[in-house]
Amino acid sequence: MARVELSKKACSVNPLKMSQPIGGALAFLGLNKCMPLLHGSQGCTSFGLVLFVRHFREAIPMQTTAMSEVSTVLGGFENVEQAIVTIATRTKPEVIGICSTGVTEVKGDDVDGFLKLVRQNHPELDHVKLVYVSTPDFEGALEDGWRKAVTRMVEELVDAPPPGSAREANRVNILPGSHLTPGDLDELRDICEAFGLETTFLPDLSGSLDGHMPEEFSPTTIGGASVSDIAGMGRAAFTIAIGEQMRDAAVALEAKTGVPFRVFDRLTGLAPNDALMALLMKISGRPAPNKIRRQRSQLLDAMLDGHFSFGGKTVAVGAEPDLLFSITSFLTEMGATIGAAVTSTQSPILHKVPAEDVLVGDLEDFEHRAKGMDLLVTHSHGRQASERLHIPLFRYGLPTFDRLGAAHRVSVGYRGTRSLIFDIGNVFMSEIHEATPDIWADNLASRGEGSHDDTPTAAH
Amino acid sequence: MSTVANKIQDVFNEPGCDINQGKSQKERKKGCSKALQPGGAAGGCAFDGAKIALQPITDVAHLVHGPIACEGNSWDNRHSSSSGSKLYRMSFTTDMSEQDVIFGGEKRLWKSIKEIVEKYAPPAVFVYQTCVPAMIGDDIDAVCRKASEKFGTPCIPVQAPGFVGSKSLGNKLGGEALLDHVIGTQEPDYTTPYDINIIGEYNLVGELWQVKPLLDELGIRILASISGDAKYHEVARSHRAKAAMMVCSRAMINVARKMEERYGIPFFEGSFYGIGDMSDTLRQMAALLVKQGAPDDILARTEAVIEREEKKAWASIATFRERLLGKRVLLITGGVKSWSMVAALQEGGMEIAGTSVKKSTKEDKEKIKEIMGQDAHMIEDMKPREMYAMLKEAKADIMLSGGRSQFVALKAKMPWLDINQERHYAYAGYVGMVELVRQIDKALSNPVWQQVRSPAPWDEVSWEARADEANAAEAAALAANAEAKAKAERAKILCNCNGVETGFVEDIIRANKLTRAEDVAAYVKIGTGCKSCAPHLDALLERVNGTEIVPANSNKAA
Repeated sequence: MARVELSKKACSVNPLKMSQPIGGALAFLGLNKCMPLLHGSQGCTSFGLVLFVRHFREAIPMQTTAMSEVSTVLGGFENVEQAIVTIATRTKPEVIGICSTGVTEVKGDDVDGFLKLVRQNHPELDHVKLVYVSTPDFEGALEDGWRKAVTRMVEELVDAPPPGSAREANRVNILPGSHLTPGDLDELRDICEAFGLETTFLPDLSGSLDGHMPEEFSPTTIGGASVSDIAGMGRAAFTIAIGEQMRDAAVALEAKTGVPFRVFDRLTGLAPNDALMALLMKISGRPAPNKIRRQRSQLLDAMLDGHFSFGGKTVAVGAEPDLLFSITSFLTEMGATIGAAVTSTQSPILHKVPAEDVLVGDLEDFEHRAKGMDLLVTHSHGRQASERLHIPLFRYGLPTFDRLGAAHRVSVGYRGTRSLIFDIGNVFMSEIHEATPDIWADNLASRGEGSHDDTPTAAH
Repeated sequence: MSTVANKIQDVFNEPGCDINQGKSQKERKKGCSKALQPGGAAGGCAFDGAKIALQPITDVAHLVHGPIACEGNSWDNRHSSSSGSKLYRMSFTTDMSEQDVIFGGEKRLWKSIKEIVEKYAPPAVFVYQTCVPAMIGDDIDAVCRKASEKFGTPCIPVQAPGFVGSKSLGNKLGGEALLDHVIGTQEPDYTTPYDINIIGEYNLVGELWQVKPLLDELGIRILASISGDAKYHEVARSHRAKAAMMVCSRAMINVARKMEERYGIPFFEGSFYGIGDMSDTLRQMAALLVKQGAPDDILARTEAVIEREEKKAWASIATFRERLLGKRVLLITGGVKSWSMVAALQEGGMEIAGTSVKKSTKEDKEKIKEIMGQDAHMIEDMKPREMYAMLKEAKADIMLSGGRSQFVALKAKMPWLDINQERHYAYAGYVGMVELVRQIDKALSNPVWQQVRSPAPWDEVSWEARADEANAAEAAALAANAEAKAKAERAKILCNCNGVETGFVEDIIRANKLTRAEDVAAYVKIGTGCKSCAPHLDALLERVNGTEIVPANSNKAA
């Protein structure tokens, strides 16, 4: 449907995009007792770390190989080895997730080779899993780093089940994309459990970054998918992947274990959730529980109540591909039009975005295209554009550093879709202005300059 | 790269730095940056430091030449305030692609500068070098030179790729860019005998504005602030100031010292944090201006302002002092304000439970020692779990630190206050000190602490009680089992920088019959980083040999 354009500018202004390595690191943060390690200079880690701290409002374990100018030129083996030994002795993780960066990729460090040598030199560290993913900063975006890291986790950490072994009929694997929040994962777990299904999430940010109070302090992640959980994923009856970005991991999992899968390109909105419930009924062999039936009915009511606010509105959206597809589809289904769609990186899903075109660009492009629209939807960096354009901003996606509760925003399932209708609908409603004697005159005079608030009727 | 290497050497040679004066030529060459420990490091890189130092210049475009990580992951994350242009808050980056890495990024950089000049017409473009273009050999100096000519807009190369070192080195390299390309390139319309520069103040959350009204009242003109709320032309004209104040420890000592050398502008080191420090700063400022030829009536006027403001501030603080008296504060912060904060807190009636001096220079540590007296409990490189234990044992009532360590405190259900870059309240000058005390009081008196510490209805004992029990049980088990105790003792990390365990060092000392710390270093990589393990190593030597020994480095220290 949509035409995908690439920005022709040399200079990126007000980036929408974040880098691949921190996408990989974020995925590793969804493993239990894990330490993400970026192979690069220490700034590579510190910027990503600060970003996640501001978004999740949690301590973020993340380490660096602290490459200096000299070690970069000479090759980073010693740094990788020393970093692994130090992390293993000091923080005692079960997994170390290693992501390369721009510097070490330009040098061409053979990290796979390094890890073989580290294994030879340090048999005492055999109990620590090492997962390496190549994530140069100069290509892709956060979503790509996440995608690659999860695929590597499947390849390295999932055990191939012995031939002829039985599957657990009530066990489901869930591969969530980087655009889902810990709150989204909790919601999906609840839904599956309502059908009597047990779930394994890979990765599982709902265990590690859901803002709980841990009993003991640990310098690694606390909660999340454990190494043994992941190893057993081959015994599940089915795999549900959410977001086009998770297709690679689902394919890799099937190839290794034979577990069949289905990719849901989104789980926000009525239709995709109907499809999900139908699938869960089939897997579990149970009818939909009353709770779920009630939630669907409530969603229908919310859609009817909300459509007045969404109808006729034009919205500009800036988000990573899967999140962009999810939120634009939802807005369109509620009666709004997508006036501008800007994203961070290429993805097959972009063609399906319900907009005339999708630009792989930055927030300067977004700001230019958003003029005269009713709502901006993007992460917190849209705040400057919102101020300049005097258009309200609905903060959506990572990073959301100037609002509370980003980790707990739920927009999947019937219930999540319903709360998204309320949250965005309320932004529209708060923009309704009281009628004044000359408002229609003003509106008539400015007609053709773009849409205005078109509901100057008395507020309800 | 050779020019960057020379620049770094030059910064390492800083004669204004007293530590340097005590070093041999060879030691000086090694530089003052502490060796970073792979897998055990935290903190920003040199690029980060340069950006912190220069981004507060508000009306210029800050263009980061590199892949998306350097800028995309970090932009608009500091609350440095502007009284005018907001251009500095916009983010510009070349967002280098794989193609640029292969064919070179200079062309993209050139086009980027062109686009910025055409679209935003800034008075200057600051171009930051990062690791990837530095590696592939992009010559940003040459691009900037040509672009300056071609577009009629000064383009300032900032040579501080992340991998050359730490954040504090980056601060200085940022300063070097100003010295080389900005300062002295324009002339002020007029000068006064009361013109000063303020160096190393970044106007975070508008702190400069807590002080500026007092200077305005005294008739002191800030010719240039480097770089908080600065405009490009102000920095370019700053060489005509009569005197300068250097804020923020030694972050930009090279700028202050070289401006003294080149333009004869004397400087003093002062702080805006704490009432006493603020008054001293005003006094020193006035005295230095008088020495530089300003009429001396300013001295009396300054004293009058100090007396009035101190009285006002103390009266405000007195309302809190009673509630805060004896409260213990755990202060975890970098070199920026370790020592100035200590004085400020003590004025509020509080005690210091400990302080991390990880990022600070030796002078900073000395100052803390001086201020805190013999009781100073210095905690170097505190690990998060030690921090947690310390807070849990209620040795501290509140923790003040940067954003990243806040969760350690909050998860331990301890009051916490942000005092680093990301904070939202301004704590400078007399009014700022009152504000800090108000915020501490606000944090401590919040009813939330009592609620979150109450046990859940299904817990018979609180989790704190259970944790204490577990700790006690562990300690008892160790005490009962000599072998386990010895093992635990041996597993303790002696040198954090190199991750060396005590037992390992002990074996080496015994095997080689070593008696002096210097000799141990010949067998094992230890004490090469922050040197905080020196007293522990001395103690170990003493225990193993059963005799007094010569403390490490006693002959080398300045």
